[in-house]
Amino acid sequence: MDASEYKEEKARWLRESYSSSPEEEGPFMTVSSEPVEPLYGPGDIEDLSYESDLSFPGEFPYTRGIRGNMYRGRPWTMRQFSGFGTAKETNQRYKFLLEHGQTGLSVAFDMPSIMGLDSDDPLSEGEVGRCGVAIDSVKDMEELFDGIPLDNITTSMTTNAPASIMLSFYLVTGERQGAAFADMGGTIQNDILKEYIAQKSWIFPPKPSLRIITDVMRFCASEVPRWNTISISGYHIREAGSTAAQELAFTLADGIAYVQAGVDAGIDVDDFAPRLSFFFNSHIDFFEEIAKYRAARRIWARVMKERFGAKKEESLLLRFHTQTAGCSLTAQQPENNIVRTAFEGLAAVLGGTQSLHTNSMDEVLALPTEKAVEIALRTQQVMAYETGVRNTIDPLAGSYFVEHLTNRLEEQALQYFDEIEAEGGVLEAIDKGYFQRRIADSAYRYQMEIEKGERAVVGVNRFANEGERLDIELLRIEPSVEREQVARVQELRRERNQAAVEVAGAELRRRAEGTDNLMPAILDCVRAHMTLGEIVLVMKEVFGEYRERPLF
Amino acid sequence: MADEKKSKRVLLAKPGLDGHDRGVKVVARALRDAGMEVIYLGLHQTPEQIVQAAIEEDAEVVGLSSLAGAHMTIFTKLIELLRERGAPDIKVMGGGIIPDEDIAELERMGVVRLFTPGTQTSEIVDFVQRMGPGLER
Repeated sequence: MDASEYKEEKARWLRESYSSSPEEEGPFMTVSSEPVEPLYGPGDIEDLSYESDLSFPGEFPYTRGIRGNMYRGRPWTMRQFSGFGTAKETNQRYKFLLEHGQTGLSVAFDMPSIMGLDSDDPLSEGEVGRCGVAIDSVKDMEELFDGIPLDNITTSMTTNAPASIMLSFYLVTGERQGAAFADMGGTIQNDILKEYIAQKSWIFPPKPSLRIITDVMRFCASEVPRWNTISISGYHIREAGSTAAQELAFTLADGIAYVQAGVDAGIDVDDFAPRLSFFFNSHIDFFEEIAKYRAARRIWARVMKERFGAKKEESLLLRFHTQTAGCSLTAQQPENNIVRTAFEGLAAVLGGTQSLHTNSMDEVLALPTEKAVEIALRTQQVMAYETGVRNTIDPLAGSYFVEHLTNRLEEQALQYFDEIEAEGGVLEAIDKGYFQRRIADSAYRYQMEIEKGERAVVGVNRFANEGERLDIELLRIEPSVEREQVARVQELRRERNQAAVEVAGAELRRRAEGTDNLMPAILDCVRAHMTLGEIVLVMKEVFGEYRERPLF
Repeated sequence: MADEKKSKRVLLAKPGLDGHDRGVKVVARALRDAGMEVIYLGLHQTPEQIVQAAIEEDAEVVGLSSLAGAHMTIFTKLIELLRERGAPDIKVMGGGIIPDEDIAELERMGVVRLFTPGTQTSEIVDFVQRMGPGLER
């Protein structure tokens, strides 16, 4: 049956078999509000070419996976995002996770550390250690990784505006352990564009922020070759309320902007592109997510080859980490979140992720308890070792629905690319509120669908339990954490060599005002025991601070 | 006595360092679509900045979104400041991730309502519309 015969027969089938009983509920749409047909078949992928659109795993355009042997080689890295209170407490949690089978580390910082503020800054009051670990100096970083050799594990750090500094804390920590920079591997998120768009944890304005990023790229290309210098993120864009197509498009558009920035800074694309990585959400609509990851790989490979002329294969590979969708979880009946996370994790794996974080069931309400994070980790282990999903690569290839969705998402992403170009590029679009407005529109539409009963949230607007009371244990952060941390950072300032601080700070300022690479100067500031806030302050004085024009 | 449907002036803000603004923006739009005058101050606001703006903008209600666990510090400061600046009649409400015990404590301190995850915007709109002088809850 060829495609046109199929279309005729499908029309008949719709009239005769499908309509034989009424549709129970609708609308039938993805979590991104995309309508879904009752059936997909040959007519929906008639232009699909195995050779050019799919090809083989590890071969251009990598739709089926970036490595030739994918999970038959080794499973995805199990990398739980984690951090709370002081470095000492978080160090214990990291050891717990490693003992329980986690294979990579991922650092969650507290809000002051995210925003480049010391724990004793007036703006940090009430926030120290509450949503992540407090890191004010290299001494805190050393405590964080006490007993964990940094040349033997890879670590991802979710730090953006101050990423160059956090990376420097990490590198000097490794140095003090006796590790060489060249043997240290990991990732800094360092994706400032999505901060302006979605996560909103900026410090400096866009242009100097891009300069910092290209300095990091250039430094790591020669000094820390195993380091992923950016984790170009869609996770936060999606959490802010975007659709899957927007997540895909906006993330890749940001990626394109970073590649262009590197090229404009005079770095050969093949020298830095292999160390760009990505970070996507895995939301609750199973098939849409799988298609999204496949489309992402294909689009990126083509862009890198055709637009940027990259020659090395590693420059074409979209390597990504995935986190299951925090925004899909509910405070009501939190045990249901274990189920949601499992489905979302499965989608990520069927989509070919390189590493995965699975949310804990209590994360709507607090940072995870040991019990909750153990379940989340076990979820990944059950997937990896019991379900058979690692036995074959890209098992859903050829599915009419999944290939159709992959094509559709790619189409939509390319349309968004055109719109962003028309706005004048990513920086212009950010300034005009292009991304922010679309995200807010999608978030609002989603909420209205819930309130109109068009979208079910189990335990909340369907199958809710009357008079439900929370009966799980939650992690609480004690106020003593803040007092302790404040005392630590003040002691550090008293005990260090103040002259060394001044020299290091002056050199950083000189470089910030000029064009010399900031990284060696930041490393020296770190070695002199300057604090995060102090280093940021030097940079703020030169680069200024960003202010958003809030819209809703 | 009060015209309950009169357009309220509501000032919304995100205090503290946290930048997760999806919720507060959805609430802002819902209130605006329901006919209220909404001033959204944006992110990274200190209690001082919020109180200053509330007074300058003649807000009747201030709504704060708090997701990162700093709610006790922030709401306490805000209410104190409103009293100090002679604006204790500005109603304070909020939403986000706030444990039950803290909700009880904050309401004792004078916060009129705290909305938790799963709340529909229609409930918030309704609550604000029905707010009147002397209506504490």
